[in-house]
Amino acid sequence: MREAIHKFEQGGRYILLDVNSGSVHFLDRMAYDMMDVFDGTNDEETVRALAGKYPETELREALSELHELMDAKQLFAPDISVPPTFAAEGVVKSMCLMVAHDCNLRCEYCFGGTGEYGGTRELMSREVGEAAVEYIIEHSKGRKHCEIDFFGGEPLVNLPVVKHVTEYVRRREKETGKIFKLTLTTNGLLLDESVREWLNENHVSLVLSLDGRREVHDRVRPDAGGNGTYDRVLKNFRAMVDSRDGKDYYLRGTYTKYNLDFTEDVLAMADAGFDVLSVEPVVAKDAPYAIEEADMPRVCAEYDRLTEAYLERRREGKGFFFFHFNMDLSGGPCVAKRLSGCGAGHEYYAVAANGDLYPCHQFVGREGYRLGSVFEGVTNKELPRYFRESHVLNKPKCKDCWARFFCSGGCHANADLFHGDIREPYEVGCAIQKKRLECAIRVQAELALQQAEG
Amino acid sequence: MKHIKTVNKPTLQSTVNKGGCGECQASCQSACKTSCTVGNQTCEK
Repeated sequence: MREAIHKFEQGGRYILLDVNSGSVHFLDRMAYDMMDVFDGTNDEETVRALAGKYPETELREALSELHELMDAKQLFAPDISVPPTFAAEGVVKSMCLMVAHDCNLRCEYCFGGTGEYGGTRELMSREVGEAAVEYIIEHSKGRKHCEIDFFGGEPLVNLPVVKHVTEYVRRREKETGKIFKLTLTTNGLLLDESVREWLNENHVSLVLSLDGRREVHDRVRPDAGGNGTYDRVLKNFRAMVDSRDGKDYYLRGTYTKYNLDFTEDVLAMADAGFDVLSVEPVVAKDAPYAIEEADMPRVCAEYDRLTEAYLERRREGKGFFFFHFNMDLSGGPCVAKRLSGCGAGHEYYAVAANGDLYPCHQFVGREGYRLGSVFEGVTNKELPRYFRESHVLNKPKCKDCWARFFCSGGCHANADLFHGDIREPYEVGCAIQKKRLECAIRVQAELALQQAEG
Repeated sequence: MKHIKTVNKPTLQSTVNKGGCGECQASCQSACKTSCTVGNQTCEK
């Protein structure tokens, strides 16, 4: 049965999410218990079930409040099907350019095989970069906002092509009226003063990779010679972020089985003076650092800790932005966007260094997932359609799940990695996602109430 | 209300038949690169 509500306890709050409206309610303990029985139609059954535990007058009072919510469509709101605004075909507006299948780090957990993506070390040419830009301009059709992410490996090992593509994009923006948001994801090793200045002058947003505490970072992110990199990259990140007044960056970390106390890593990043943070789980199979089902109680307890630490820091006036706790409970994306999800394979492609197109950066080099190339276009016409249709309302394990309009159905690449099928979600990923959503809902609900109460 | 405190005024239902303009950011492009939460994206309109 399709879950219409989700109730959970978080940080001493009894919380009810109405899945199809997105309404969030804080309940008292009695109303919370009532929601185990109440389905919108069975008042008497609800009263009978709880009469031994709570006074009947109180139960009936709460029932009347629940009906009030139903009348306002904030409880048991109508089911949502695929809306007409969800077009049958996606419009490609974002690309991840793998400008370097090469890297100057040897991160233990790298899904790109330390940059090679299962192939050989290779750098993207200017011609491939230009063709990728032209591909987006043509295929984004009427969309004004387009995106390119310079990714790798380490994109700064191919800085000349990053610069060339950026200049090309800025010229083509003027000619076409498109607006490109450019992002570069870097390990920071090559982020010197001249690179800093260039990135700032060209309005390139940044994702800076740092794994929290020095010992955690150095264990999994050594350089090619096996040396720790924390001190070097932290110095560069500090200078980078200061040089742009703390704007347009994320400091992003990965946690593994080695640091399931990752709250310490988030706080270490905040203590190092950064306030726009994202830390998330490694995805790996059969590896010593992989997070497994058995780790979930520990992982969930750690998200509880992180939630409290996050709220505590805010109360102390030392708050920071944490990507996964950020959620607009009142606005947020439309239903069509929630079905599009990450857009991999239908709105978003990755371009390998040689110009081959893949559904996303994680699929690069995976057998059977090559879509075509920036020169010949998409030759595998079936795949984009299959990705487009692999949304939460079409996936057996997602269509009834309470998290369906928040998670976008999980990462296709992870589903493929674990099950060889993008419609079969990766279970540990789902469990972590759900826990993170509960924490995010609690955080945002708490902040909204604080604001409302002044 | 005495037993319930509603904390938001969501718009999800009202976006069933509008929206879909596609001007918003691709979610995996934003920060994570390994997971694709969509609930924390913002609408460009």
